[in-house]
Amino acid sequence: MIQLDRLTKVFGEIMAVDNVTMEIPSGAVCVLLGPSGCGKTTTMKMVNRLIPPTSGKIYLDGRDTSGVDEVTLRRSIGYVIQQIGLFPNKTVEDNICVVPDLLGWDRKKARSRAADLLKMVNLDPAVFLRRYPKELSGGQQQRVGVVRALAADPPILLMDEPFGAIDPINREVIQDEFMKLQAELKKTIVFVSHDIDEAVKMASHIAIFREGRLVQYDSPNDILARPVDAFIAEFVGSDRTLKRLRLVKVADAMMRDPPRVRAEDTLDTASKLMEEHGHLSIVMVGPRGRARGVVRRDVARAKEGGVAEHQEPLPGVVNVADDLRTAVSAMFTHGVTWLACVDDDGFYKGYVTQRSIAQALGATYRD
Amino acid sequence: MAFSALRNARQLLLLAAIFVAGAYLQATGLLTNILKYSGEIVFLSGQHLELVAISSAIAICTGIPLGILLTRESFRAYANVVTQIINIGTTIPTLAILAIAMTIFGPGVLSALCGLVAHTILPVMLNTVAGLSSVPKHLIEAARGMGMTPRQILVRVEIPNALFVIFAGIQTALTINVGTVPLAFLIGGGGLGELIFTGISLMDPGMLLAGAVATALLAVLVDFAIGQCQYWLVPRGVNPLR
Repeated sequence: MIQLDRLTKVFGEIMAVDNVTMEIPSGAVCVLLGPSGCGKTTTMKMVNRLIPPTSGKIYLDGRDTSGVDEVTLRRSIGYVIQQIGLFPNKTVEDNICVVPDLLGWDRKKARSRAADLLKMVNLDPAVFLRRYPKELSGGQQQRVGVVRALAADPPILLMDEPFGAIDPINREVIQDEFMKLQAELKKTIVFVSHDIDEAVKMASHIAIFREGRLVQYDSPNDILARPVDAFIAEFVGSDRTLKRLRLVKVADAMMRDPPRVRAEDTLDTASKLMEEHGHLSIVMVGPRGRARGVVRRDVARAKEGGVAEHQEPLPGVVNVADDLRTAVSAMFTHGVTWLACVDDDGFYKGYVTQRSIAQALGATYRD
Repeated sequence: MAFSALRNARQLLLLAAIFVAGAYLQATGLLTNILKYSGEIVFLSGQHLELVAISSAIAICTGIPLGILLTRESFRAYANVVTQIINIGTTIPTLAILAIAMTIFGPGVLSALCGLVAHTILPVMLNTVAGLSSVPKHLIEAARGMGMTPRQILVRVEIPNALFVIFAGIQTALTINVGTVPLAFLIGGGGLGELIFTGISLMDPGMLLAGAVATALLAVLVDFAIGQCQYWLVPRGVNPLR
């Protein structure tokens, strides 16, 4: 847990950080967001005292850090910068072992830790340990930069726009990898960014700064759904509702226990089921409940016979674990107004419609 | 890549030049004339190298720390002033420095060393400053953020990353140094200058060349030796030659 208590930094005449009080719970990914010069980076750098605060206190797990020697403090906090900052004179292995070496770990233990960490970010230790940073691609360098910060297993990670210098395609991949890593490691992360999309994707908490002040500190969903003022509303973008699509899972917006038919049922049964639920089509499932196809109401009414011979292939399915953005995108791709939702094994779990998505997004506005 | 190709070409040319010069000397009978002095060449080369070793050791041991000092945060303001002073020291001709040194310390090795050090220190110091200043700021920030002390940042990050440039300075300095040592003879410092200047006075081209060729060969050897040190001692990650 990180607590900032009336933290203030003055550079000459300029109030860089103005009386910021906030609390970041353990395991949270807190993204500090705002336009350049808003004080977000200064705030982050005061946590490991790269910038000494003018006034105010910082508590890590309840312990006041102003009494801790700054070198000791920094060794216990992981640090990742935008330029990555791998030391070109050291191999990947020695780069990862910088902090363990500073802490005086046993050499063998530190080296085997480096190999394990590389595996965690899908880099083969046999290939990469002996390489120098100049022999890596930008994405590989950034992965090494992240695991270097994790080397001594610090409970807290400070990240200064860590994925800012990577091309958009690789950035998405590395962000996803990092989120997986974080789900496992549950570090407390302070993450500086100026990219609202990145923040919405990564954060459990977002803190928006303006001219040194903390304007709003909330969950991403609340920031998007209820911006406190016009500045935030403008900063998060006029498409903020669309951005929220990313925060809601299909499982939370879908209609559960949907009507379904089996291959051996008759069209008559299908037709009745649809009328009963007011649906224009119905999903046909296999013997164990996997979504297999769809029967349309006009077909069921006009024709006679079994479901099996009149079904059509499903226009598209979406996984219950996907976010609504994926669902909406699939709807537009296939030109449909509803999608069948399946789990990882393909079992039919429910369906989402444009209306149910609108309701899921609207729910937070009304409560 | 281009850099190392250039080096190779330079070394090839040098070998060719040595071969042509050797053939010419043999044809004119000068070679036997020169080899007459082989005993002196060996002895004076030893003396020559001794002067080079002592003066450059002093220059490196003061130039590098001075360069480091001038790039520290608290001294950065003085960097320009100190560089200017040392610059002026270098503009004074070597012979003049030797003469001044002789008036202070009297004739002998000490005066010779003074003059040599004055000339060797600048390239070493300037390249140290240049090398250390070219270390990217974000590397230092990363090092600080990871909890290195200022001394650890210097030893583990700054110096290794500046080492290639520092070596280039040492290489320049030593090559100049080897070529300047013959002047030391004029104030009683010894070295291969003895053969050169005596050869001039006696109008003995054999003796003159014995000194000159030996000096030239020493310069080439020293250059090569430093080049090898640079190649093998600078870490591969920051060594453009490897």
